[in-house]
Amino acid sequence: MPTESRAVQQVVLRGIFKDYGEKRALSDISLTLEAGQVTALLGENGAGKSTLLGVLALQIRPTRGKLLFDGQDVSELDGVWLRQSLSLLSHEPRCYADLSARENLLFFAKLYGVGSDEQARSERVAELLAQVGLQSAADRPSRTFSRGMVQRLALARALVHRPGLLLLDEPYTGLDQEGVQLLSSLIADERARGAIVVVISHDFEPLAPLLDVAAVLRRGRLEKTQRYSSGECSREQLLKLYSRAAERPLARIA
Amino acid sequence: MSGSLLRQVGLLLWKDVRVEWRARELIYATMLFSAIVVLLFSFSFLGGAPPTVEVMSGVLWVAISLSGMLGISRSFEREREADTLRALLLAPIERSALYLAKLMSITLLMLLTSSVVVPGLLLLFGMKVGPGTSWVLFLVLLGLGTLGFAAVAALFGASLGRARVREVLLPLLVYPLVVPALLAGARGTYGVLYGTTESLVDAVRWIKFLLVFDSMAVILGLWLFEPLCAQE
Repeated sequence: MPTESRAVQQVVLRGIFKDYGEKRALSDISLTLEAGQVTALLGENGAGKSTLLGVLALQIRPTRGKLLFDGQDVSELDGVWLRQSLSLLSHEPRCYADLSARENLLFFAKLYGVGSDEQARSERVAELLAQVGLQSAADRPSRTFSRGMVQRLALARALVHRPGLLLLDEPYTGLDQEGVQLLSSLIADERARGAIVVVISHDFEPLAPLLDVAAVLRRGRLEKTQRYSSGECSREQLLKLYSRAAERPLARIA
Repeated sequence: MSGSLLRQVGLLLWKDVRVEWRARELIYATMLFSAIVVLLFSFSFLGGAPPTVEVMSGVLWVAISLSGMLGISRSFEREREADTLRALLLAPIERSALYLAKLMSITLLMLLTSSVVVPGLLLLFGMKVGPGTSWVLFLVLLGLGTLGFAAVAALFGASLGRARVREVLLPLLVYPLVVPALLAGARGTYGVLYGTTESLVDAVRWIKFLLVFDSMAVILGLWLFEPLCAQE
């Protein structure tokens, strides 16, 4: 089993196409993701954001194009080694409802080879439970959790092995105000640690200050990419960028 | 098998057993279902001639395969409900570890089902297995037949992924492929129950056949699991 997480400095998407039969989901997507940066994928429903995230998570094979991790084509890299560097927080929690939060995290920690021994793993799990505010519910089966608590657990699961590439699909869904702030601070921590973070969200308010890059997709095409200095981006700027790319009046989006 | 692969299989199997022990829905559902199947078959012999050993061996394997399929479908469906199967596929583990762990957990579940079906046949059908050697042959047949069934079911259960009507597809794909295992199990059981020297030799022949079938099913499963579970 792998014993440590793998840092990734750069992920490059080069001319990515994805077709499902007649339907083209992604068309000529080229994008570079750098370590220590947060990139938002924006766009309307069906724009291809989740498909692109699936390509980055190695769950969807592009019809054409290349995906490079630190300059190497993923098809030439060891799948187990690659998956060690990845994490995906999707719409579903991907946790076992009949196991407690602690058992879930310990299971995934073992699966990812976190820590050299049981004690190191337990400490990492305790640290994560504290980070996501689930210490008091740590030993309850996760089926008794509220939607927000499940989302916190899913987030802890995604972070358990300190991934080099962290992919978040609508991570703010189901979180209360405190949870939203917690998630934003965790994303900022991951960026500071040097992870590549990619977020899909329609919740611009908490996301905007975290962004280094915003990429707007429309009908499977990358319409616009905008870079920001740290903390410079605001909700209004994102809305403007989004409305220009979508060719729709700002009022209809906001 | 490398130590790392063994550890991965052990971890995944521990998880399956723990999750099942907590929920117990699959254990109860499959055991109850298998008891009902045996009971229903026994009704058809009420007041009539006692069932022959051919019928008993048939009932045994029909009950095991029907209730086994019920448990297998639900087991994979539960992995899909919270998308945990994808979490496992995204984890840095060998695909073969995932296949072997599922194969073992399905085998355990089916053997648990047998623990209801066999006493049911002993009680309701008056099934007699014979002396010690016959029991060993009987248990080996049960184990190998179950393993062959599970080897095919684990492959298709995980690889059907998000396919529509997968609940219907799974038995449609699995049953035709496990016919040799079920046939060998039933014929071998008949040989054991019949209890003559000649029939016991025949049972050993079916055990050998099952060994070959199981080996091929597991090897093909290990080989095909990765491409069948690969990216969309």
